[in-house]
Amino acid sequence: MPKLRDVCRYVRSKNAGPFWVTIDLFFKDDESFRKYHASGAISTRRIAEAYGVDPALVKYFAVENLNVVKISFPRKTSQGGVVERDMHQGQQYVRLLSIELT
Amino acid sequence: MKQTVNVLVPVGQLGGGVRAEEVANGIAWGAHAIAVDAGSTDSGAAYLAMGVSKNSREAVKRDLQILMEAQARARIPLTVGSCGQAGGDAGVNWTRDIVVELAEELKLHPRIALLYSEQDKRVLKEKNAQSKIQALPPTNPMTDALIDSCDHIVAVMGAEPFVVALEAGADIILGGRTTDTAVIAALPLMRGSGAGAAWHAAKIAECGALCTTDPARGSGVLLRIGEDSFVVEPLSTAIRCDTYSVSAHMLYENSDPFRLIEPGGILDVTAARYHQLDDRSVRVVGSQWETRPYTMKLEGAAGGPFQTIMLIGIQDPKVLTNLDLFHDRMMAALHGRVSRSIGEGVDYDISVRLYGWNAVSGLPMPADATPPREVGVLFVATAATQEMATRIAKTCNPYFFHFPLEAGTELPSYGFPFSPAEIERGRVYEFKLNHVVAVNDPLELVRIEWVDKA
Repeated sequence: MPKLRDVCRYVRSKNAGPFWVTIDLFFKDDESFRKYHASGAISTRRIAEAYGVDPALVKYFAVENLNVVKISFPRKTSQGGVVERDMHQGQQYVRLLSIELT
Repeated sequence: MKQTVNVLVPVGQLGGGVRAEEVANGIAWGAHAIAVDAGSTDSGAAYLAMGVSKNSREAVKRDLQILMEAQARARIPLTVGSCGQAGGDAGVNWTRDIVVELAEELKLHPRIALLYSEQDKRVLKEKNAQSKIQALPPTNPMTDALIDSCDHIVAVMGAEPFVVALEAGADIILGGRTTDTAVIAALPLMRGSGAGAAWHAAKIAECGALCTTDPARGSGVLLRIGEDSFVVEPLSTAIRCDTYSVSAHMLYENSDPFRLIEPGGILDVTAARYHQLDDRSVRVVGSQWETRPYTMKLEGAAGGPFQTIMLIGIQDPKVLTNLDLFHDRMMAALHGRVSRSIGEGVDYDISVRLYGWNAVSGLPMPADATPPREVGVLFVATAATQEMATRIAKTCNPYFFHFPLEAGTELPSYGFPFSPAEIERGRVYEFKLNHVVAVNDPLELVRIEWVDKA
């Protein structure tokens, strides 16, 4: 089973306002996108588990013309709280790189 | 496209480094306006709560000098949104003072419109009592207490206040908090460009050259906006826009890649198509605009508790092979020390973060993770006052700097870089609001003032 890092050329995370995070998965080609964009490993339920958030609030978009999957969800605590570890959420994608796709 | 309205977007953010040669290109290629955004919520709530700019005065003044000279020479309007980073009244006034100073230094004579959108708490409480304020997920409904908890509140403006000021003959418009797009879309909308094309073009250009293939080598772009399409091209001749770089920008910092909510409607790009016009420009067709009841997003921020921090570096191999255990034992020791020394009943928080291990994720590490060569350990004490945060840090100091992995063994000394060791970091600043307010008129919550240097 390939890992996300094997089928994407670029993965990034970023704050989308102070209350949301958005993650963009740029698949490396049409074939990788077609084969894996709907994988259960990046379903809203699994993303909710990975980040400890309510699955009902996780948004999933397949952007076909770009071979991109975009996933957005509310931050567990709003930007800049008492224990802020990543103000822009720019490193939060890393935990997804090694997940296995089916 | 026959008649287009051309907007020069010189840089993604005022103060980020406008390039004079790029601005000259955009003017030569027929720009009808210069539009630039000066802020966002990105860098945190401190700037709204404190009313200070993230960028230095020198960086903003330098960019404004290039833009004001171009504005005066070409006699086209210059519109600036979200002045001073957060777009509160203090940010507008800070930017106004720089612009007035430059006008005097450069002997320019602009008519300057100031758009203020900072809100009076009483007005917002009335709006809330009339059920005109709605919470956005994941936030709780608005209350008077929530309004009162904010130090400053701004309403995010759309294009309309800019249009009013343009129609009244403004040469330079300095807006308070504005959507990144509205400051760019205002002139095209006023002159009758298609709303879908104008808003989509503005979204693509809001970060300047970020929609090009090589953002590091350029700063800005030129938009040519028509009735049902627009063209985007870089202001630098060294770089290009391609269909990928342009369409991918809809993803950036948006939670939804197809629909962008603005004060008076929604931009929908689901049906947009991107065509390579020539080597360096892209034409976009099919962007849709749906008019909706007018709402303005509210942003409110406040200062919370205070923090004092300490930092050490550890290379001790025994500690590095048992980092989680070390962390947990140290936390227990620090809390014990504080409760014995300062007493129970003090509201405080201690956080110890292992940089080089798991500080950024905060997640447990897998059992087979390779020990790092060294870690930086950040201690953060949070309390209601700076004085109490520092007392907690000083109380923890000997434990933090000399905590042995095994009790009853010799005391180590970890590498600390500063003396005194504790650093008073100031307050924690947080955004409190994630709400929208319905208004009867786009100008209802906006005040316009003029500075006439003509």
